[in-house]
Amino acid sequence: MEIIVDRARCTALGICESLAPEVFEVDDQGDLLLKSNTVPEGQQGEVEAAIAGCPTEALRLRG
Amino acid sequence: MHGGRLVVVGASLAGLRAAETARKAGFGGAITLVGAEEHLPYDRPPLSKAFLDRGADSAGACVPTFRPVETLRDELGVELVLGNPALALHPARKAVQVFDREIRYDHAVIATGATARRLPATEGLRGVHTLRTLDDAVAVRAALDAGARTVVVGAGFIGSEVASGARKRGLEITVVEALPTPLVRAVGQAMGEVCASLHRRNGTDLRCGVSVTEIQGDGRVERVVLSDGSTVEADLVVVGVGTEPATGWLEGSGLTLDNGIVCDETLFTGVEGVYAAGDVVRWRNPAFGRQMRLEHWTSAAEQGAAAVRNALEPAAARPYSTVPYFWSDWYDSRIQFVGLPQADEVRVVEEHVPGRHRCVALYREGDRLTGALTIDGQSVIMKYRGLIMKNAGWDEALAFAEQRRAA
Repeated sequence: MEIIVDRARCTALGICESLAPEVFEVDDQGDLLLKSNTVPEGQQGEVEAAIAGCPTEALRLRG
Repeated sequence: MHGGRLVVVGASLAGLRAAETARKAGFGGAITLVGAEEHLPYDRPPLSKAFLDRGADSAGACVPTFRPVETLRDELGVELVLGNPALALHPARKAVQVFDREIRYDHAVIATGATARRLPATEGLRGVHTLRTLDDAVAVRAALDAGARTVVVGAGFIGSEVASGARKRGLEITVVEALPTPLVRAVGQAMGEVCASLHRRNGTDLRCGVSVTEIQGDGRVERVVLSDGSTVEADLVVVGVGTEPATGWLEGSGLTLDNGIVCDETLFTGVEGVYAAGDVVRWRNPAFGRQMRLEHWTSAAEQGAAAVRNALEPAAARPYSTVPYFWSDWYDSRIQFVGLPQADEVRVVEEHVPGRHRCVALYREGDRLTGALTIDGQSVIMKYRGLIMKNAGWDEALAFAEQRRAA
């Protein structure tokens, strides 16, 4: 499963990082970095929580 | 998963998430979503931010509606009962009264939110607004479009964001705050002072420690009289002095009401089948072992989902635990806070320097890290949330801060 970030919507609030820190990280420029482009083993729940927790609905899964 | 009928009372974020989560969890019964406003569920944070920007489309293109009606009605199979507030809850016959109709429920989630507090004796005076609903935001934006001289009462999130929006348009704006600094209740006084500096640097006339004695005008607002004797000419007054949980309709229902609907750790109201979520709920948060009522986007969304899961499967009900989180955008700065503001000590670990350098303050209770505030600290704030979640000690937090500062 590929993780897709809609860069036009993302405002880098970082809620995804707090819910799935192994996958998401916000840098000092306020850009969201994906540490992994796909859902890592055992991280499905965390990634789904991050998607549900995004206030700008900038995250989704593909595949 | 049981069938039956789920009634969700309150059609904002928490209510919408409850309805969506029920379907995602495989609930095949009927869902009714009851909303006081006529609008489809919409997102509130943008109303005091991008929605107020000049050029925002007044035809409604930027109305932050969550889902089109087709998605709610046809895909999710949700019956929408909008434009009518719930009037009563009748636990004995498991029904919610909406206007002249009684809607039976097997499971209910109450998410009626909170309503903006108004200033006394301002009804009937045009130009005085709160900013909680879409209709409020439309009116405030129209006044800003007309170049209104604006007075904001209350330097909390709403008031401060309106001030930012007005300054972005080059308008004169005065913010009146009764307390010594902005955001005292949200971040404490010391850091409230740092936030105050953002206003001053951006040309907003911030007056703290004074209150509004009178709003004068003949049919519409003309001036605001303050407790220090001064007056400010105004065409628009935006009142942002907090909210009251919308529980009036629940008086006499058997639910425990005390600054919100009092619930246990699982968001259960104590009345069979009835759970609560969002700004209206005061529940025991296991993360801090105490009762709290939050008015944050993140907890509303999560509670809507948690409450409905527990309502549908009460035998498997799970506690809802969270480290509170909010953000607010003032001018070009982003304020973010995690945890609780009441603290034995607040320590600034990175000073605020005008420009794009982050400011970080940590909040200690006993020997535990219980809160963190950042200004332009997107890259670190959630790491502190992680530390609070895992009950990190104060020393560990300071060591982490030192390491981040050096990085």
